[in-house]
Amino acid sequence: MSNSVTATRPAPKRAPFRLGVGKWGLGAYSILALVFLLIPIAYTIVFSFNDVRRTNIVWRGFTFDNWLNICDQPEVCVAFGNSILVGGAATIAATTLGTAMAIALVRYRFKFRAATTLLLFLPMATPEVVLGAGLAAQFLSAGIPKGLLTIIIAHTMFCISFVVVTVRARVASLDPALEEAGRDLYASPGQVFWRITFPLLLPGIIAAALLSFALSFDDFIITNFNSGAAVTFPKYVYTAAARGIPAQANVIASAVFFAAIVLVVVSQLSAAARRKKLAKSG
Amino acid sequence: MASTFAESGADLELVGVSKRFPGFTAIEELDLMIPAGSFFALLGPSGCGKTTTLRLIAGLEDPTSGQILIGGNDVTHVKTYRRPVNTVFQSYALFPHMSIIDNVAFGLKRRKIDNAMGLAHEALRLVELDHLAQRRPASLSGGQQQRVALARAVVNRPALLLLDEPLGALDLKLRRQMQIELKDIQDDVGLTFLHVTHDQEEAMTMADTIAVMNKGRIEQMGAPEELYELPKTAFVANFLGQSNLFSGPVVAGAGDTIVVDVAGRKIATPTERAQRHSGEVTIGVRPEKLTVHAKEPAAKAGVNMLGPGRVNDVSFSGVSTQYQIGIPGVGNIVAFAQNMGFGPAVHDGAEVWVTWNVEHGFGLADDPADLRRFDPDDDTRSIALQQRQRLEAELGKA
Repeated sequence: MSNSVTATRPAPKRAPFRLGVGKWGLGAYSILALVFLLIPIAYTIVFSFNDVRRTNIVWRGFTFDNWLNICDQPEVCVAFGNSILVGGAATIAATTLGTAMAIALVRYRFKFRAATTLLLFLPMATPEVVLGAGLAAQFLSAGIPKGLLTIIIAHTMFCISFVVVTVRARVASLDPALEEAGRDLYASPGQVFWRITFPLLLPGIIAAALLSFALSFDDFIITNFNSGAAVTFPKYVYTAAARGIPAQANVIASAVFFAAIVLVVVSQLSAAARRKKLAKSG
Repeated sequence: MASTFAESGADLELVGVSKRFPGFTAIEELDLMIPAGSFFALLGPSGCGKTTTLRLIAGLEDPTSGQILIGGNDVTHVKTYRRPVNTVFQSYALFPHMSIIDNVAFGLKRRKIDNAMGLAHEALRLVELDHLAQRRPASLSGGQQQRVALARAVVNRPALLLLDEPLGALDLKLRRQMQIELKDIQDDVGLTFLHVTHDQEEAMTMADTIAVMNKGRIEQMGAPEELYELPKTAFVANFLGQSNLFSGPVVAGAGDTIVVDVAGRKIATPTERAQRHSGEVTIGVRPEKLTVHAKEPAAKAGVNMLGPGRVNDVSFSGVSTQYQIGIPGVGNIVAFAQNMGFGPAVHDGAEVWVTWNVEHGFGLADDPADLRRFDPDDDTRSIALQQRQRLEAELGKA
């Protein structure tokens, strides 16, 4: 609207100057915001190449040593391994259960369906401190010793909600006639699921799995309540921060960051390639 | 049962099939026998239960009661994927993540039939789409998708092929073309086709036998020309083409004709073409059987006459002209006239008489008391008419 107004009336004398300030101001603001966002990441990456002595706070010179000898600090490697294990296990469990729940919620009418939907949202809305403390109390009263297993159970619990929400949208957009056509064409219920339903839901399931893994890998609060002696990567970093984080932690953080970037770039490129191919054949 | 190709089409028999959903009955005590190799159409308005019937036969729904037999075998409780039946879905339901050829070969591969790919290519050649075998369904036009859906079903050589309004999404020209192709394929492969549609013209041009369905029941069944020339109920008379219907008491019923008093005029109908022969009856005649006269014709034996009336509306459609004629005491009647000369023979407001041969009349089984005059009230045309009459009444008062 403002565009059409300025276009029809003669430009006032001050306009070029104001435009200049606007341009300059917006640019500066954008740069500041980006710098603010990226400094911690840049810091982490840069200091993964620091030639450390006792602490990794002061820059002492460039080296690849930390990258080449990640497991020199064994705790870092153990914690990272634990995080991968927990993330993997929780992702598999949450994605399997969550996908089944999403299909049930969309396809079937049953008692307490609305209540189930509401309850699924609760873990997302509840503060993590409350969830973590509540679970810890349950594990204690059930007599389950805290360790990797309890972390996996806890992570599965909060990941399920996100899986259900992600996959449900995909199930809702799936035409039930496709599965009926499968049955009509002599496919048994199992074949219908694996050859029709599953491939069509796969993009949603992959998105849900990636989200689950990221949430699990990242989680500190709930983990801290339910881990006992087991150490995950975020927990290790938290504890290590008190006496100085080893550069190997920076290496792992940077590696995870690069892996995520590569994943995004690859998926974007392959999607673009597929679009191009489709456009060519269509 | 599903492990081999059907040698030929199979008889389909429904015995007392009912289907109730919570809150309504979709199908009520349906008995139906479709002989092997026929092209059978289930015709009816939306919500009449025809699609439910199809889904019951395919096994996608379970009947509440009754039996379904295919080729003499009871398949009522046989799972969908074990029935020798294939369906062409209304939405085609092609698998979007598979190529065309994989779509067509899907059923063959599930049954582990040798040379599935070869047979699939053959089926695609039948519908002239083999050159698109590697494409995905999304890159095909609606008509092409329809042909793929047909190939995907026909390739399995089912004993019975179900078609659920498969031409519904196509434009008129493509539809005509597909109708002819469908009929050709049926002649070629000799399967039993069960076609569900709400399009009466489609049903009449394609099917050997039509069953007109209404409210979960079959109203009448027969060859297209039989249904058209001799409808037995008002629903059939109006759903399959148009009809002029008149009600009145039978005043003379001896011999070959019954004579009905319609608002003081005597209308004769052949006795053998009438379902009821005494009391209040409804009789009818098709609009194209009427002749419109500008002068009062001389009374003749074997010819019914109504008039004088006034022409309310003339619509010229090139080949023919449709006249709406208001006859006092009788109501509006419709007449079609071929434009053998030039244009409409009479014009709006003209005083006319209509005649038709007695032999063209038919008598309906409905009780006139249950019958609303001419069209059902929920018909779009009669809603518009009622609206107009209400408006006119209001204007008249003011």
